[in-house]
Amino acid sequence: MTTHTVQRVSTGRRLKDRLVQTLVYLAFAVAVIPLISVLWLVIKNGLARFDLDFLTHSMRGIGARDIGGGAYHAILGTLEQVLLASLISVPIGLLTAIYLVEYGRGGRLSRAISFFVDVMTGIPSVVAGLFVLAFWVLALGMPFSGFAGALALSILMMPTVVRSTEEMLLLVPGDLREASYALGVPKWRTIVKVVLPTALTGIVTGVMLAIARVAGETAPLMLTVFFTDSINSDPFNGPQMGLPLYVFDQARRPTDIAVDRAWTGALTLILIVMLLNLVARLIAWWRSPARGR
Amino acid sequence: MSQQIQVSGLDAYYGRHKAIEDISMTIEPNTITAFIGPSGCGKSTFLRTLNRMHEVIPGARVEGKVLLDGEDLYGPGVEPVSVRRMIGMVFQRPNPFPTMSIYENVAAGLRLNGRRSKSEVDGIVETSLKGANLWNEVKDRLGKPGAGLSGGQQQRLCIARAIAVRPEVLLMDEPCSALDPISTLAIEDLMAELKSQFTIIIVTHNMQQAARVSDRTAFFNLAGQGQPGRVIEMDETSRIFTNPSQKATEDYITGRFG
Ligand SMILES: Nc1ncnc2c1ncn2[C@@H]1O[C@H](COP(=O)(O)OP(=O)(O)OP(=O)(O)O)[C@@H](O)[C@H]1O
Ligand SMILES: [Mg+2]
Repeated sequence: MTTHTVQRVSTGRRLKDRLVQTLVYLAFAVAVIPLISVLWLVIKNGLARFDLDFLTHSMRGIGARDIGGGAYHAILGTLEQVLLASLISVPIGLLTAIYLVEYGRGGRLSRAISFFVDVMTGIPSVVAGLFVLAFWVLALGMPFSGFAGALALSILMMPTVVRSTEEMLLLVPGDLREASYALGVPKWRTIVKVVLPTALTGIVTGVMLAIARVAGETAPLMLTVFFTDSINSDPFNGPQMGLPLYVFDQARRPTDIAVDRAWTGALTLILIVMLLNLVARLIAWWRSPARGR
Repeated sequence: MSQQIQVSGLDAYYGRHKAIEDISMTIEPNTITAFIGPSGCGKSTFLRTLNRMHEVIPGARVEGKVLLDGEDLYGPGVEPVSVRRMIGMVFQRPNPFPTMSIYENVAAGLRLNGRRSKSEVDGIVETSLKGANLWNEVKDRLGKPGAGLSGGQQQRLCIARAIAVRPEVLLMDEPCSALDPISTLAIEDLMAELKSQFTIIIVTHNMQQAARVSDRTAFFNLAGQGQPGRVIEMDETSRIFTNPSQKATEDYITGRFG
């Protein structure tokens, strides 16, 4: 018989532990440095012009060397375009994911859909813009508009929404579905009342990530909503502006005043995305009934 | 009121694999029937064929007849959803809905199946929780999440949820296997009380439990390695445990195999 004794952790293992720990911390720092420096730069340079004037005025009638001017038209445009894009892509994306997880079950159709969703994930944003330009604007003869931009953005959003929702639905235990069926609840009601609420927080997070991703897209907007310096609140008619376009437009102008506006535009964009995130999280929290922990 | 269940010539498949074969039995109303047998012999499978939960699994199908008060549950045009409302089920692992409060969990079957007045639901929730012996423990925190209860409480919550829709029959698949002895006792007592209103069928690996709670016992076994499960013997519980007619039953009960 061998006897077992309590052993001390050997020096070699302790050193290895230290080494790996240091490496992990280093990797974390490397990952966080760009994030913090980007935030720092944007806040530092953006605060200069972050005032009421900026948030409530457009660039209409502002000459190349004039101070003042703002991004109201761009903020309005971005909000409308992102809202429209979400209205198009979130329902389609959700229903697709529900079909894939709850009904398709690896059949031929669902495998085909999965494949095309993967392909869509890889579409460069310029191509989405070009597609809408060629199809909507040139072939169908529709005007440049916020809606055309929203179409391009929704092409980019859809695969992200499908994939993240699909993952969240797959995480819902089969036990819960069975428990609901065993109560005599039909399948569709089970999905609406049991599966979706259980996955809600995750789905909302996925949708927010998709929104955050497209809110900063520049290329597809250039090809579809065009540029304007004035306020156009009608997303279905005529060129609009978007914050990413605004940043791009101001940043390439030769004066410091314009570059400052670009920084403030970027700061506004970040703030809008963060605010949307917060609102969505509040909604998810408020909608989950069993929150009294 | 509860109704008689008659099963005849029932086979169940998972894809091409036949899990149980040629099962026939009669279960009288307001009795407790225990299913015992070694692991993998198809007790859960058979239980799930009784309320058409078997076919929820992709590729699974059933042949044969299950009559509830003379009507074939597998007859043409029978809606599985309505069958499940008449025949409720409690699972091995407690599975309360995580997004719902205690109240909502019990009301789930009522709410999910259409509108009812608040006072009516309130009344049913209270009687169901009382029926499941859980009322006193949770009456002050009905709005708290069901997932925050202990395992035994969660299982009684699931029983309350199942009886809230007023089924005729209650199927229980090893309802106590995840529970401590005291919770187990609570649920066994509960079964004895529920017997007056429901027909109860319970799968259990605990011989003492089967002997304690059931009126009749069915012993399931595989006909051989890789073959489908069958009912070897079904009789009054007292007989099965004292004087079984089959050698295999006696061997299993006395712990010589399984
Ligand atoms: N979802 C499934 N897909 C395929 N085969 C299955 C599935 N569930 C069970 N089986 C098979 O059916 C047979 C019977 O299984 P079942 O779960 O009914 O046994 P059981 O008697 O309940 O066992 P236990 O006492 O361990 O719960 C087993 O051979 C099992 O492998
Ligand atoms: Mg089982």
